[in-house]
Amino acid sequence: MTEFLQQLLNGVLLGAIYALIALGYTMVYGVLRFINFAHSDVFMLGAFVAWVSVEKLGLPTRSLLGGLGALLAAMSVCAALGVVIERLAYRPLRRRSTLTVLITAIGVSLLIQNVAQSPRLGFGPNPRAFPELFPSSQLHVGGLTVSTHQLGVLAVALVLLAVLYWIVHRTRIGTAMRALSFNATAASLVGIDNDRVISFTFGLGSALAGAGGVLYAMNYPSIDPLMGTLPGLKAFVAAVLGGIGNLPGAALGGLVIGLVETFVSGTRLSTFRDAIAFGILIAILLFCPAGLLGKPKVEKV
Amino acid sequence: MSASAPLLQLTDVTIRFGGLTAVSSVTADVREGELAGLIGPNGAGKTTLFNLITGVYQPTEGRIDFASAGTAGRRPFHLTGLGIARTFQNIRLFPSLSVAENVRVAFHRHLRHGVWHSLLRGRAFLTEEAELAERALELLGIFNLERLRDAPARSLSYGDQRRLEIVRALATQPRLLLLDEPAAGMNPSEKDELMRLIRFVRDRFGLAVLLVEHDMKVVMGICERIHVLEYGRKIAEGSPAEVRADPRVIAAYLGD
Amino acid sequence: MAFPKAQRWLLAALLLSGGASALSGSIDPYFLDVVMGVGVGIVLASSLNLINGFTGQFSLGHAGFMAVGAYTSAMLSTVVAPRTGLGPVALQWVFFPASLVAGGAVAALAGLAVGAPSLRLKGDYLAIVTLGFGEIIRVVLQNVDAVGGARGLTGVPAHTNLLWTFGTASLTVYTVWALLESTRGRGFLAVADDEVAAEAMGLDTTRYKITAFGIGSFFAGVAGGLYAHLKGYLNPGGFSFDKSIEIVVMVILGGMGRHAGVVFAAILLTLLPEGLRELGSRSIPNPFGGPAWSLDWIKDARMILYSLLLILLMLLRPEGLFHRRPSRRPSS
Repeated sequence: MTEFLQQLLNGVLLGAIYALIALGYTMVYGVLRFINFAHSDVFMLGAFVAWVSVEKLGLPTRSLLGGLGALLAAMSVCAALGVVIERLAYRPLRRRSTLTVLITAIGVSLLIQNVAQSPRLGFGPNPRAFPELFPSSQLHVGGLTVSTHQLGVLAVALVLLAVLYWIVHRTRIGTAMRALSFNATAASLVGIDNDRVISFTFGLGSALAGAGGVLYAMNYPSIDPLMGTLPGLKAFVAAVLGGIGNLPGAALGGLVIGLVETFVSGTRLSTFRDAIAFGILIAILLFCPAGLLGKPKVEKV
Repeated sequence: MSASAPLLQLTDVTIRFGGLTAVSSVTADVREGELAGLIGPNGAGKTTLFNLITGVYQPTEGRIDFASAGTAGRRPFHLTGLGIARTFQNIRLFPSLSVAENVRVAFHRHLRHGVWHSLLRGRAFLTEEAELAERALELLGIFNLERLRDAPARSLSYGDQRRLEIVRALATQPRLLLLDEPAAGMNPSEKDELMRLIRFVRDRFGLAVLLVEHDMKVVMGICERIHVLEYGRKIAEGSPAEVRADPRVIAAYLGD
Repeated sequence: MAFPKAQRWLLAALLLSGGASALSGSIDPYFLDVVMGVGVGIVLASSLNLINGFTGQFSLGHAGFMAVGAYTSAMLSTVVAPRTGLGPVALQWVFFPASLVAGGAVAALAGLAVGAPSLRLKGDYLAIVTLGFGEIIRVVLQNVDAVGGARGLTGVPAHTNLLWTFGTASLTVYTVWALLESTRGRGFLAVADDEVAAEAMGLDTTRYKITAFGIGSFFAGVAGGLYAHLKGYLNPGGFSFDKSIEIVVMVILGGMGRHAGVVFAAILLTLLPEGLRELGSRSIPNPFGGPAWSLDWIKDARMILYSLLLILLMLLRPEGLFHRRPSRRPSS
């Protein structure tokens, strides 16, 4: 039983991280109807920015302030990067076919990955150890072992989700985002500056991905330039599972995927773990493309 | 085939999209060789009805029979093979293809050669290809488009594109031709020409035509029978004179 | 009219390949290797062109089909062939082509398995699903020890020669061309342009898409078999998403739906890494005296250059380098 609860906790934590990344995918899809392939690499950069701020810029490890500083640094850099990518690579293609933008996104993703892997320009391909950001210790609650790191992940994730909720539902720009996702033309007609909202959406989504990267690295403290691919993919599956374009759906999807993955890792199928994520994706797209909370689209003829 | 059964028969056809009922209990028919019209205010469900007849949508209730056989569950391409052809309200030509190629693809259901023949390219294949090229030109000639045969379809003027769509639909050898606002965007003399062409095509190929149109002059001018829809329901049916005088039709167009 | 023009070109290409093959003993082996790699690239690019370029089905999993064909024919050569007791000539000229066809057939089945369920999906989603299938194939191959697992499959006999590579390349290009150059074949383009209109004109869009996937993946499988018998060993990692992207770039660069363009792009993009590798091992003399400047950073830069190329292409010239056909807008 305690085994089960432990796995449950692990699953929820992993799910929270996936949820943060999934939210970025779904927000961008909501306003632009496009899957940002480069999102998973922003996730990776978040982890690396935190690493740099500790290892190169001297932020203190094992300290609450240091950890928060690294987190904020990661989120800001990623937010800025997201805005820059959108401005340079996606905005000029706004009117072109979705396939053109998709290919460009793939190109951006590959570019980030390969620059990060390059020994000269980036970090080199080898994995690095991720420092302990927050003071760590173990807590024992009713037979379960919880590290403060895990609690930290949970706390940060919840705070971010709450902040996101507040932004989307209680601020003007959040309302503008929602309006854009319903009908871009109408939104611009009522005076919304679509470009600004889109930039903001990218920045916000990328900040969440960056945070996700830091939290992920806190729990799996080995980082490398390709670390974003699999979590990114699983988060994407989570977003689709929840209904792409639907924010609560992305959070729910993240949770489900996190739980499924954790429970599967405990079984014999664990080497196929990654293929299972793909399998779920394919199954969703084929049988229930609208996802759990999404609305099916009807094409107008 | 009995002379009495209509070519197309809609019986109590209804379609719902989630909470919206786009078409409600519509019963109507089109006879062989008839020139019929379908009119109604915007949003009445006319294009939806076309989509139902051509198999793009499946009715939630009711049935549709073409040549005395039910069309339920049939995919559009199958129905085209049975003899239902259409044009689209927003022109949907194939932009990558030339004018002639747009027509030739529509010969698809009646092709004799298969994939292997394209690869082996024997005499039979080449002969059929030549035949098809000629037939496409012939059809284009009726509408005076044959001089544009190699032009990319996108480069045609709006009016020519509309007419090309009709030629393309004709290439499928239909028994029933559904035209969705063929006169949209045309000037009066083009409309007159269109009316003449529709009558000509009906007479020459012996097909039935069902026409959705907003231009009353066109509708009243060539249609033998007109069906009127409002909010998805059929509210009137009859000859042009009858429909023109029908108070419900007048009310529908003028509003309350 | 004894023999139509297209077949004459095909025959000439086959004879040329045969002739070159016979002379291959006197060609530098490294050069030969590269050239055969080009042939394989042409097969891959042309076959993907049928799926992506002509039929508009954006597939990101082509490397998966290549892998299926590669492993199938490699397994036949390493496991089955020794038991047949055939002599070397029979193995090279009878068994080998048969194993290529077998590889292609299995790959075609995989293509149908992927294509059939994906048919309802549009654009982005189809791309993701095909990507997913490609990765599933790779993960499965990595975990099945019977085919070597993560360590790979070794000891594949070097049956591939110029005749087989360029013969297959010619056949592939011919097939895609001949398929498209017909009334029926124009239907592929119609399906790519506007599925709804295509259905309305009597085209079975499902059948077209399945045909494209089937034929495209068949040739990808054959290319895989050629590749296996060229390199002598197989590693599942070599059939990853990166490989699929390489092929996609060839198709895009060549202008989706341009026969000759895609061939040129395949040649260019297969030679490019080799050229870069060569360049990277050289150095530029330092004009200020002192040690020569090494160019070995170029080797690392290959994928970076690729991705930049991809981005720039999309921003500046999405129709590819050899465009005539207009860039298509999807049906909304």
